[in-house]
Amino acid sequence: MSTVTLTYREASRAGIRHALATDERVFLMGEDVGAYGGAFAVSMSLLEEFGPERVRNTPLSESAFVGAGIGAALNGMRPIVEVMTINFSLLALDQIVNNAATLRYMSGGQLSVPLVVRMATGAGRQLAAQHAHSLEVWYAHIPGVRALAPATPEDARGMLLAALDDPDPVFIFEHATLYPLEGELEETPHAVDIDHAAVRRGGDDVTLVTYGGSLGKCLQAAETLAADGIDAEVIDLRTLRPLDTETILASLAKTHRLVIVDEGWKTGSLAAEVSAQIMERGFDLLDWPVRRVCTAEVPIPYAKHLEEAALPSTERIVHAVKEMAF
Amino acid sequence: MSQVLPAERGLRRVIGDGASVPDGQVDGLSADDLLALYRGLVLLRTYDERSVVYHRQGRIGTYAIFWNHEAMQVGSAFALERRDWIFPSYRESAIGLLRGMPVATVLQWWRGHPAGWWNPLDWNVASICVPIGTHVPHAVGFAWGAKLRGEDRVALVMFGDGATSEGSVHEGMTFAGVTKAPVILFCNNNQWAISTPVSEQTAAPTLAEKAIGYGMPGVRVDGGDVLAVYEATREAVARARAGDGPTFIEAVTYRAAPHATADDPSLYIDEERVAEARENECVGRFARYLERAGLLSEDVAAEIKDDALARLREGIAEAEAEPPADPALVFDYAYASPPPGLADDLAELRRILGR
Repeated sequence: MSTVTLTYREASRAGIRHALATDERVFLMGEDVGAYGGAFAVSMSLLEEFGPERVRNTPLSESAFVGAGIGAALNGMRPIVEVMTINFSLLALDQIVNNAATLRYMSGGQLSVPLVVRMATGAGRQLAAQHAHSLEVWYAHIPGVRALAPATPEDARGMLLAALDDPDPVFIFEHATLYPLEGELEETPHAVDIDHAAVRRGGDDVTLVTYGGSLGKCLQAAETLAADGIDAEVIDLRTLRPLDTETILASLAKTHRLVIVDEGWKTGSLAAEVSAQIMERGFDLLDWPVRRVCTAEVPIPYAKHLEEAALPSTERIVHAVKEMAF
Repeated sequence: MSQVLPAERGLRRVIGDGASVPDGQVDGLSADDLLALYRGLVLLRTYDERSVVYHRQGRIGTYAIFWNHEAMQVGSAFALERRDWIFPSYRESAIGLLRGMPVATVLQWWRGHPAGWWNPLDWNVASICVPIGTHVPHAVGFAWGAKLRGEDRVALVMFGDGATSEGSVHEGMTFAGVTKAPVILFCNNNQWAISTPVSEQTAAPTLAEKAIGYGMPGVRVDGGDVLAVYEATREAVARARAGDGPTFIEAVTYRAAPHATADDPSLYIDEERVAEARENECVGRFARYLERAGLLSEDVAAEIKDDALARLREGIAEAEAEPPADPALVFDYAYASPPPGLADDLAELRRILGR
């Protein structure tokens, strides 16, 4: 098997390029996706390769271009819609919640919305309270859609291709700090499994459950803990809806301790949902109350040191683990 | 009075070109007023140019450049009374300077420091809107509220060409028309929304003609002509005060600088048009107008520039003299009365920071 080293950004682009090259129903649209290559340079050069009919700049009208994506999908196309950042997706919420997510159900299964919506999420780049949300849990709340959070280059590429194979709307949340992250991938692009979480590091003492931009922090925390003789297992949820609780339960059967790390706000978070599902199905496995490390329940601050203080950090993860008795 | 150039779809201009197009005049503006406009232009230009440098030096965060937008900001703000409100987008972050806001305050805002939180009630300048066009309904509601309260107060809201595609702007303008709110909807059409040209933003030949659909007049002015902007805004303000409702102003210019410090326009922009826009930039255009009228000597121009530079030097020194905020600030101001959970979060933060 030959491999290739790509950044998360390049891997996401490779997925889009592969889809455009192999499926004529696929097109990409969004703000600045053309000559500019997208706000995060994911679609750089795709305009030259595929032309303006298939790599399409849109007006600044999120509701219109997500809605148009729904319409095109209904008519048999496979649109990839790039919403620049998750805060702008709020302007398309009615299209997403009331339309994309409901049309199959409300038509008795006669309609299908094979729409893929990608967006950057998360904080850590000093973009402040209106540009740094982690609202993916809102999308994970909605029946009728699938929500994916690639944390590695392999997933950035393969999840996009899997999403295009899905007959229902799929939302892909790319954490904005991950784009420069490098990884080794199989040379040939292919869809990856989007039904299961992944164990990114094996361990026997405590389970760290996370996703997206917090995976790196958890792996780093695991190294710190290892130096102190605590062997942490790190699980990457990957798919935020539907959640793969089985993988977590299997881990807890070994470790009996759970810390959930989630850049969202704690109240009503994915961490809350994971915790609730473990309470329901894995209570007897636990030797210690579940702990959550989330973002402070305030709008995201702008100043660097304040933003860092508000977000989950390696230190906070290590501290949460060390508060447990071993 | 301004002249209307039909070849350029009704674009109003006052400043001539020093050759074939003669200079016009705006009634009621004294020589002191004209120099005050010029001081405003130079102050904003100096602020902007220094801010790009401060960003490159790591002294302020990502910064939205407004080079060659100064005439739109100065001309429109000058047509307002102090009691009137301005609702800026990120492109007008320094517009408070025109009302005497300290330079240090605006620089602190771009440093993420609490000293940068100017009180909108002190300056009648709303906080900066980073989402695109979502402040338009706020300005409309503010103005409508002022009307309902019987206040003689108008609101000016500023946004770009890209914002005209957003639902909030469409809905806000619809609402302004229906309520006859005393609001001026000021669009700085610099012809680019990051990399998207206005031709990909709308199929309408001009943005001004959209106004008819909202039941309000639409006016088109040369956005590089501070006098034309002033005059058009003054007329709109008079309409608003007279109870005749909103006006949409499309001020046309060309974005001659990057969208923001994080942008690389070489990927998409027309360099020839940029060079042309830089050649014809708005501060120099007005300086030449004043020189032709015998109102601006080299000495006075130098004094105005030196004064602006001195204010910037003092401003950045003052801004940087402030110590960084205590991390406890993370938890302040999310609520008027913080819920108990925030105290737990703060205690955890202090424990981790060891203080």
